[in-house]
Amino acid sequence: MATVRTEKLPLQTPEDVVRVRQAVRAWSVEIGFSLVDQTKVVSAASELARNTLVHGGGGTCEMEILQAYTRRGLRLTFVDQGPGIADVEQALKDGFTSGNGLGLGLGGARRLSNEFEIRSQPGAGTQVQIVRWK
Amino acid sequence: MERIPILKMGPFLLVSIQVDMHDRLALTLQDDLTEQIVRHRARGVLIDISALEVVDSFIGRMLGNIAAMSRVLDAETVVVGMRPAVAITLVELGMSLSGVRTALNVERAMEMLQASLAVSTAIPGGEPANGHRPD
Repeated sequence: MATVRTEKLPLQTPEDVVRVRQAVRAWSVEIGFSLVDQTKVVSAASELARNTLVHGGGGTCEMEILQAYTRRGLRLTFVDQGPGIADVEQALKDGFTSGNGLGLGLGGARRLSNEFEIRSQPGAGTQVQIVRWK
Repeated sequence: MERIPILKMGPFLLVSIQVDMHDRLALTLQDDLTEQIVRHRARGVLIDISALEVVDSFIGRMLGNIAAMSRVLDAETVVVGMRPAVAITLVELGMSLSGVRTALNVERAMEMLQASLAVSTAIPGGEPANGHRPD
């Protein structure tokens, strides 16, 4: 599996979340995702970008176009150095929220992605990685 | 400050969201709408989201909040023009937007708002048919 292209975007303001959505949309179009798949990956990115900003206190989103044989995919990695998540399993459950949201962000992003991986330690930040394949 | 315009048309308020909203802008719209419902004594709110390519849980929650708040303020909300890909994604995300009335186009939404206005004004002992509310 090769990485065709990569770019890292900052996530420090609500406007940065919009910029991440727009960049993910542009790359999804370029990869040739269907309209529904574009919408799914942009929505997942929006949820995770907001988490990075609101719960992680800001961070980055790394975008990568992957090539595996003839298959192309989009990998997004959200990283923050925030407080981390004590119970990842609980955080993935629908309806669980530490803030005043609906608690659909993490679980929703997982459902909207082909691959989902989360690494978090209390005090050491959180990294969430998703992949959508064409 | 950046704002989504709210238009008044008779007893209704019309909003067409044409930009990719950041979260603060969505919250401002929510506050502006509730304030204008009271100021204009609006009986209905029509929100056009046909230009929105993505409705995530935050925007979904905003739509639900607006519908709930306007109901408490005696106004109906209808959300118009959701794209099919957005509907598929919202449901997969886990949001069914229960409590939010939707219509496929503006004509249907106006019919829905006018129908609920007619029902509420036809209640015996309710407010007069000319829509004037005594102070």
